Amino acid sequence: MIRSEILREIAPILRDQLVICNIGLPSQELHMIDDQPTNFYMLGTMGLSSSIGLGVALAQDKTVISIDGDGSVLTNFGTLPTIANNVADNYILLIIDNGSYGSTGDQPTYAGQNTSLSAVAKACGCENVIECQAEDTAKVLQDAIDSKKMTVIVSKCESGNIKVPVITKDPVVIRDRFMAAVQS
Amino acid sequence: MSINTKIVDDFINNGVDFITTVPCKQLAGVIDEVEARDEIYHIPSNKEDEGIGLCAGAFMGGKRPAIIMQNTAIGVTVNTLVTLTQFYRMPLPMLISYRGELREPVACQVEMAVHTKALLNQLHIPTYHFHKESDAEELDAILKYTFMCNKPVAILTDASFWGGYGDQ
Repeated sequence: MIRSEILREIAPILRDQLVICNIGLPSQELHMIDDQPTNFYMLGTMGLSSSIGLGVALAQDKTVISIDGDGSVLTNFGTLPTIANNVADNYILLIIDNGSYGSTGDQPTYAGQNTSLSAVAKACGCENVIECQAEDTAKVLQDAIDSKKMTVIVSKCESGNIKVPVITKDPVVIRDRFMAAVQS
Repeated sequence: MSINTKIVDDFINNGVDFITTVPCKQLAGVIDEVEARDEIYHIPSNKEDEGIGLCAGAFMGGKRPAIIMQNTAIGVTVNTLVTLTQFYRMPLPMLISYRGELREPVACQVEMAVHTKALLNQLHIPTYHFHKESDAEELDAILKYTFMCNKPVAILTDASFWGGYGDQ
């Protein structure tokens, strides 16, 4: 499975949750598959999906899922100790780990080589870290939501992209409708 | 009242309840004060762009955030300030220690100091410079202004404001 197939499979689960979605193709794919006001699409700022999601989770009680990528976590490694030391049980970090920088042409990342993101997350002090295969992501994600425990999921999948249109929504519209969904 | 207490009182009186910090020697007292107050969730960051991401999330979750950091962070956070805070129009008070100004003992700090105001100006970030302790009387108005206009706003605080570097 590739990332867009995972997103298609978990879309019914994401629909009821607050979602912070990573820059580039992940946001474009989720936007095309199932656009929801509860989705915050990152149009820039590589690496901060996990930080933004943790901030939302610490600020209110609804479940928040940050959809991140292996390359983006590598660029903001400092996020993992911050997550581990500021436990928010309404927070799930879903790292879709395809071992490549998908949005920029599938260049390989170190996560696809010698570096294990789940091992790093554990070493940083994250208590609930689950590495799974792409096919099991929906079940693992639903279990994590039901557990009401802060969870880091590393979903190992194949590298590859589909053709998707860019998001043309105004960023303030994306932000405003997301904030209204948080308050509803 | 100490200047640290006054600054944190102003944050609290303006509803600021989520503050991320990256330490600086000059900011140690105000960071201790933030940590000590029950009204504020204090979340130390490992890097300033991570902190701005946390603040963006906290704002969307209903909090009033702020970041406390050194001016060297302006070099780290340009992309985040532009493509997150400004692009999505979010408020962010930034209390910044202005290293590399008069009384600075470390030469390298000057290298970033000479770019600090130019960068903030280029980014169209409203910038205030506290040089004397009485300048902090404007902090309350600056915070109100920040949350009125939904922009990042910089408050540069130099060594003279903090009373020098002690025995450094």
